[in-house]
Amino acid sequence: MNNFSYLQTAQAKDATAAVTGTKGAAFIAGGTTLLDLMKLNVENHSQLVDINLVPFKGIEQTADGLRIGALERMSDVGEHPLVVQNYPAVSQSLLQAASPQLRNMASIGGNLLQRTRCGYFRDVAFPCNKRNPGSGCPAQDGENRNLAILGGSKACIATHPGDLSVALAALDAVLLLENAKGKQRRVPLVDFHVVPGTTPQRETVLEPGELIVSVTIPAAAHARKSMYLKVRDRASYAFALASAAVGLDVQGGQIRSARVALGGVGTKPWRSVAAEKILTGAPATEATFRAAAAAAVRDAQPREQNRFKVELAQNTLVRALLELSAA
Amino acid sequence: MENEPAFFETSPTPGVVGQPLNRVDGRDKVMGKAKYSAEYPLPGLVYGVLKTSDIAKGRIQSIDTSLALKEPGVVQILTHLNLPKLAKTPNDPEGKKAIGAPMGFLPMTSDVIHYAGQPVALIVADTFERATQAAALVRVSYAAEAPIAAYTDKRAELFNPEKIQDGKADGYTRRGDARAALASAPIKMTAVYTHAINHHNPMEPGSTTAIWEAPDRVTVYESTQGVTRTQKSLSAYLGLPQDQVRVITKFLGGGFGCKGSCWPHTVLTVQAAKAVGRPVKLVLSRKQQFTSMGHREDQTQTLTLGASKEGKLLALIHEKTSTTSPWDNYAEANSKIINLLYDCPTFESHYQLGRANVMTSTFTRAPGEAPGSFAIECSMDDLAYQLGIDPLEIRLRNYAEKDPSTGQPWSSKSLRQCYARGAELFGWSKRNPKAGATRNGRLLVGYGMATASYPVHNSQGTARVRLYADGHAVVQAGATDLGTGTYTVMTQVAADSLGLAPDKIRFELGDTKLPTAPNSGGSVAAGTVSSSVYMAAQDVWERLTKMAIKDPKSPLFQAKAEDVAVEKGRLQLKKNASKGEDFMALMKRAGLDDVEGTGQGKYGAGYETGRPSNPAGPQNNTESEAKHSMHSFGAHFCEVQVDPDLGTVRVTRWVSVHGAGRILNAKTARSQIIGGSIFGIGAALMEATARDPHYARYTNADLGDYHIPVNADIPDMTVEFIDEHDPYINAMGVKGIGEISMVGVSAAVANAVFHATGKRVRDLPITPDKILGTKAV
Repeated sequence: MNNFSYLQTAQAKDATAAVTGTKGAAFIAGGTTLLDLMKLNVENHSQLVDINLVPFKGIEQTADGLRIGALERMSDVGEHPLVVQNYPAVSQSLLQAASPQLRNMASIGGNLLQRTRCGYFRDVAFPCNKRNPGSGCPAQDGENRNLAILGGSKACIATHPGDLSVALAALDAVLLLENAKGKQRRVPLVDFHVVPGTTPQRETVLEPGELIVSVTIPAAAHARKSMYLKVRDRASYAFALASAAVGLDVQGGQIRSARVALGGVGTKPWRSVAAEKILTGAPATEATFRAAAAAAVRDAQPREQNRFKVELAQNTLVRALLELSAA
Repeated sequence: MENEPAFFETSPTPGVVGQPLNRVDGRDKVMGKAKYSAEYPLPGLVYGVLKTSDIAKGRIQSIDTSLALKEPGVVQILTHLNLPKLAKTPNDPEGKKAIGAPMGFLPMTSDVIHYAGQPVALIVADTFERATQAAALVRVSYAAEAPIAAYTDKRAELFNPEKIQDGKADGYTRRGDARAALASAPIKMTAVYTHAINHHNPMEPGSTTAIWEAPDRVTVYESTQGVTRTQKSLSAYLGLPQDQVRVITKFLGGGFGCKGSCWPHTVLTVQAAKAVGRPVKLVLSRKQQFTSMGHREDQTQTLTLGASKEGKLLALIHEKTSTTSPWDNYAEANSKIINLLYDCPTFESHYQLGRANVMTSTFTRAPGEAPGSFAIECSMDDLAYQLGIDPLEIRLRNYAEKDPSTGQPWSSKSLRQCYARGAELFGWSKRNPKAGATRNGRLLVGYGMATASYPVHNSQGTARVRLYADGHAVVQAGATDLGTGTYTVMTQVAADSLGLAPDKIRFELGDTKLPTAPNSGGSVAAGTVSSSVYMAAQDVWERLTKMAIKDPKSPLFQAKAEDVAVEKGRLQLKKNASKGEDFMALMKRAGLDDVEGTGQGKYGAGYETGRPSNPAGPQNNTESEAKHSMHSFGAHFCEVQVDPDLGTVRVTRWVSVHGAGRILNAKTARSQIIGGSIFGIGAALMEATARDPHYARYTNADLGDYHIPVNADIPDMTVEFIDEHDPYINAMGVKGIGEISMVGVSAAVANAVFHATGKRVRDLPITPDKILGTKAV
């Protein structure tokens, strides 16, 4: 880890100004990803601007839905009664992520910016287009068992590692962002992360110096009846091989509205509108769920070691829909 | 036995041995007072950090240290160009043997790069952080060549070694004519098993703190499983007499084999301390741990068996192909357990190696026995299903009444009792004989079992007892406590041997200044050190008895030594217990503050033959001269629940029953078996280090991505021991339980997965992709 200077401020505008005006500066909240990557020399920042005192807090019901401050901690949000009752998929995605120690540290905003666990990205001795654009992607024909089957490119197939982001993608969450000039804008979560294409170093639409202020999740029947299912190599403390965030509003056996997103298989949280189209208006049966799952992975481009994810992602989605519709 | 009195014959009063005594070091550990090897704040201490190779094959063209040297606090940067010269290196066979090095190559002695993660520089600075940052600033330019990552690479040259495992085992073994027996066998089966690379991953990484006390005298605080072996290695490296190298390891945060040898970072740190003239501490990072202290090699086993229609084994042919380093012929000796687990008249084994750009692999958690048992125990399961015989019954039909590999009778074997008790505790009889037929909702339920076995290696050691007239004792042996309870069990042995309460005993270990003890490895520590302690106590009693019978004031004056017995610290006549006195009265009268005794404990074949063994190595040819074959045995029973759609396997019930001689502490022994079985579940279901096929470099060298089981993966585990009395092993009748708990575990899990699903996964670990992708066979 390189030497860096450290600044703490309680004002968002001071923080964004400090990061915008200083080359190599970065925000730090919980630090659970940033410090890890700095120790690996994957990220080298000359200045860290601590935003933990910035008042991006609160978990409250608003006219637009549930508003969660970006500096709330994963554990607090995951256990909050409003989240547990009205957005079970969000609560489950948070509580199945990481470990209790990490969840107590990590912020919601930071969690959405968590970087990939791709082993090539995390080791500076390897080429990696995300870390070092143009250097190559050994994952394409290397150790790609846990890399993405959806949204990849010849430049990068790194899996987006998040759980919360998958639940938020399914439930139409909107992020509020604020830049150094104090200007705010709203970005739907599904548009926040971007696929790698030829520029895998760019992972979100966040501009330099811009901060996530809050996340708002609209209230909906399919949000109240939602769940997050995560499949992994061990029972806890592991990233998803495949996960599914689903929400259903079923009336008299017919699906009135449905929300579907997949995790662990995409280069970004993978909302599947195609699956939702098949589900909406259809009977809530396993056959419908199977058809939706097939649609969700139709564009999959598996590599040698991650071929199983095509089947696993579908089975995970079908299982989540079955459990949710039976609940 | 004639050469040593046996503990269970001379100690008729039940004492604390065997009792579930709490760890004597437990309080210090939870209070943070137990000092591990990287926790000695020596005056003037500076910090060493390794810079390791980005490439896996090639040469160093240049190393630019100019930027790094400008960093504040940097003291010196060592490379192959300025490393102080060593008296010997393992780079030649003679040097390797003298050092006892686990690897025939010492990094930083030339510009050649043989493996990714090989040390290329050692940066010394006044703080750890500054040394770490300076390491990142050292610029190394390489002339890289295309490396070979594994034996599976088409370019890897495969060969049949004459010897494997550092010369300790044969590359080819033949007993009877297995090919002919197979040809005429009614049942023939061949199966191929693969095993992922596994890393030991002790919680405490490797660490060395070296301080030169004089130009020719060094003290090393080392994270090692054996201070004596490290001392020998370093004295050969440095060309110093052994007594001028002191090695200290008071506490160890696990080792599991990777701390069984003296690896390069240790001697490099010692040389760094020499170069800078100050004490240097170096702790491996977790990532460096993966390329610094060995691993279990990637391997394929092909096992062919021939059997009668009744399920009686007629032939076993075992072939193993695995990856080794550019210099050494290392492979775990998998075939040993296959050769002796069942009564089979013929056996043949071959080893094949492929050289690749990796460091040398090493003993890893039940080396040989763990992967070997995976092959034989899955194949036995196959045979049972093919013939429609219960898996437990097929094992009983092939029960080995003596050691098939040598013809020797067993010193003791309680495997039948282990099977019976395990089956009862588990409810094996409730098993549906049909695979894939038991459900719990969406989940498939499977029962599996497997046999465990581990040898009692030949070993010996020494201990010293100093008994004080005020009724306390200090007991010393240069042993290691890996965290498994050596401090505690030796306190118990000393307490009973001296007739004192455990709180009157202070047991000291982990220092080459203490009497020599073997490495804690190969399950030898408990057996060797306990009998050493016991023998040292006997020496004390002999001395006191001699004093008493010469002392006119003693009630035992002029008694014959052989008529005197010791009971709870009281010397008394065997035939008239009322005539005697306690040792405190005797010593006070003589004006003695203390009496010292020493003892040599032998273990395994050395005990039975009365011939000394080589304390530096667990095995030598004394074993073939012994009358008995000495092994622990056990049985594991496992229930899994498999989600056939999601591919997840969860172990939901576990029973292990072992017959391992005398158990010194019911609590620490149970904990050790649980821990070892969890290792096995890890190897069975999740542990795998991924090595990139083109770069020969690991891609998951951290504990976030190299999965070991977490609490949620492990159910409540039932562990029992069969009361076993073995008079041939050592004075204590202790067989040791370090490794056996892991042997057979991966097979028990795989067999349960087969029973649940009807799918046979022979490729460890059994991750969800293999459940989804495997076709039934």
